[in-house]
Amino acid sequence: MDRRKFFKASLAGGAALATGAASCPAQARDNKSLPPEALGLLFDSTLCVGCKACVAACKEANGMPPEFSTQDQYWDTPLDISGKTLNVIKAYKHGTLEKKDGEENGFAFIKKSCMHCVDPSCVSACPVQAMKKDPKTGIVSYDKDACIGCRYCVAACPFGVPRFTYDSPTPRISKCQLCVHRHKDGKYAACAEVCPTGATLYGTVADINKEIARRKALKPGEKTQFPRGRLGGPDQSYPGVAAKYLDHTYGEKEFGGTQMLLLSGVSFQKLGYPDLPPRSDAALSETLQHTLYGGLIAPIAVLGALTFVAKRNVKPEDEEGGHHG
Amino acid sequence: MADHAHAPRPLGGNLLTPFTLLLGVLAAIAAAILLYRFINGLGAVTNLNDGYPWGIWIAYDVVVGSAFACGGYAMALLVYIFNKGQYHPLVRPALLASLFGYTLAGVSVIFDLGRWWNFWHIFWPGYAQVNSVMFEVAVCVSAYIVVMWIEFSPAFLEKWGMKDVKQKLNKLLFFFIALGVLLPSMHQSSLGSLLVIFGRQIHPLWQSGVLLPVIYLMTAILLGFAVVVFEATLSSAGFGRPLETKVLTPLSKIMYWLLAAYVVVRVLDLVFRGALGTAFAATWQAFWFWVETAAFVVPLALLSTEQARRSAAKLFTGAVLLMLGGMLLRINGFLVGYMTGDGWHYFPSFAELMVTVGIIAFEILAYIYIVRNYPVLPAAQPATR
Ligand code: SF4
Ligand code: SF4
Ligand code: SF4
Repeated sequence: MDRRKFFKASLAGGAALATGAASCPAQARDNKSLPPEALGLLFDSTLCVGCKACVAACKEANGMPPEFSTQDQYWDTPLDISGKTLNVIKAYKHGTLEKKDGEENGFAFIKKSCMHCVDPSCVSACPVQAMKKDPKTGIVSYDKDACIGCRYCVAACPFGVPRFTYDSPTPRISKCQLCVHRHKDGKYAACAEVCPTGATLYGTVADINKEIARRKALKPGEKTQFPRGRLGGPDQSYPGVAAKYLDHTYGEKEFGGTQMLLLSGVSFQKLGYPDLPPRSDAALSETLQHTLYGGLIAPIAVLGALTFVAKRNVKPEDEEGGHHG
Repeated sequence: MADHAHAPRPLGGNLLTPFTLLLGVLAAIAAAILLYRFINGLGAVTNLNDGYPWGIWIAYDVVVGSAFACGGYAMALLVYIFNKGQYHPLVRPALLASLFGYTLAGVSVIFDLGRWWNFWHIFWPGYAQVNSVMFEVAVCVSAYIVVMWIEFSPAFLEKWGMKDVKQKLNKLLFFFIALGVLLPSMHQSSLGSLLVIFGRQIHPLWQSGVLLPVIYLMTAILLGFAVVVFEATLSSAGFGRPLETKVLTPLSKIMYWLLAAYVVVRVLDLVFRGALGTAFAATWQAFWFWVETAAFVVPLALLSTEQARRSAAKLFTGAVLLMLGGMLLRINGFLVGYMTGDGWHYFPSFAELMVTVGIIAFEILAYIYIVRNYPVLPAAQPATR
């Protein structure tokens, strides 16, 4: 084959691959949408007093071991979520610490646990369906008996949520599963159940969004009732005063939305939450995969072309071992 | 071309040399570390953490390792698809190196899997999750390893005197060769696609989004050619055989133009995504980006003339630089450019490094064993000396 033919053949091959790639753009997928009975959490940083009752309750409800960060190992003192800790409260501090919920010279508390994303990266990444999103409640759960321990979910989650027990010969992923194991006893998220101020609330995402709208409509300083425990459950509300909220509700748009939603007076990036685009990475990744491999159409077409060409070019070797192309 | 002179022959010769002994010791050390890892967990030997859940066992052993093993793929593409018959003598040795490279890359995944006893779930309906890029990579790599063993089996069948099996296989070989070109095209590109879902956690210099598969595929083929040049040079020195410059010079010309195309794609991608500016920041990422870029651009200057491509020294230097560039592209994408927020650090532990070294040592050892005992390398032609 001379050079001209070689380049022609290369172009033809490239064109075949490209048409294969472009042949099913219909499968390009958008962000997934919120499941019909989506459950979630509302965390209102302005109500959180940093008591960490939710951290202790989460440990107990999930049978997780204590973790120590002080020299005298008296009590559970996790600094971050980890293989042993599914939920932490972190503090934001600035300057003289005079004002609660103030960015300047103030302080605030923030919860960190799984966001139960509407279109989760962990689920899209997991090669063995060990990470699953419930089609009804949208709870993202983990099945250790399916998991191969590849940690693609750990690497993919933009919130750094799934953690791994590296120190075990039989390791597993640890992440909040919205206490789904307690549902059968009629119980709900332990963190929300014990929260004394209602900073962490459990409920359907629909109810949570209503509550968010209600709070944002309040004027700072206005008297109001704050529910505790579970939205739509028995009334445990108490009187309080509305704080000054940012316009931004974290999780409303970020990354295609999340089922844990956050309210705050301090910007979320200062509280350690990443600035994320409205499109989920899962949507882009899966669109790419489906475009290239959807229905195996492109690979089969390319294989056909390659087989045809190879059949012409491969001369069966004879016993003498003479086998040039 | 005189077929008889080029027919592959076993090299014979002594297997036990100080060099092979050293390789054996290195492989044994790696085996001991791995035993310890399986008893005590990944944390006992690696520096992995939740900010860097993947270390060099993935970034190097699997992602770089399989790309270094693309010689067989690149040569099959050239010889059987583009019908460049004159490169035929390079196919078998390249395929052999690929066979080991891929098989070890595949096996070394197991070392890194936390719950390795479940690894078969990836292939099992009911567990398999087809939207996962890793699913595609795993299935495709495994299939390719099987296909390569089939493609390579004539060498064994020849040695074992199983002529009728070999003849039957030969009739079907074209199909396996086609598969052997399709599969690496799929998974080498997907190794890049693995990064898509990491989104903003990958530095803009390496987060090329939908172009990731193109960039990884082009460099995989490029690496394939570079590795063929590299291995041909080394094995001609190591086994005291003449260097096949007659084949390597035109081969490096193809490599050269592919390299030029790659550099254009890479630069345009950075420009259009508006990422180029970050290359001028005072960061480690920018520093390693320039090292990577130099490793691609220097060969572009070095091998630009026909005369340069005739020089064995320049060919070898160019190939080594390209291998470095392809390796850095991958290490940068998976580790240097991977940013999960403040406070996370990763540098491979000594034990992690020794496992990687041991795997490479084992690979070379196996290659030496096979070419001394099976018909792989073309018989030397005194005329080309
Ligand atoms: S926060 Fe992370 S772990 Fe939780 S659902 Fe989203 S992607 Fe998955
Ligand atoms: S570590 Fe387990 S849960 Fe996470 S992606 Fe891998 S197999 Fe799935
Ligand atoms: S829902 Fe349950 S597991 Fe999740 S943070 Fe709250 S207590 Fe922990």
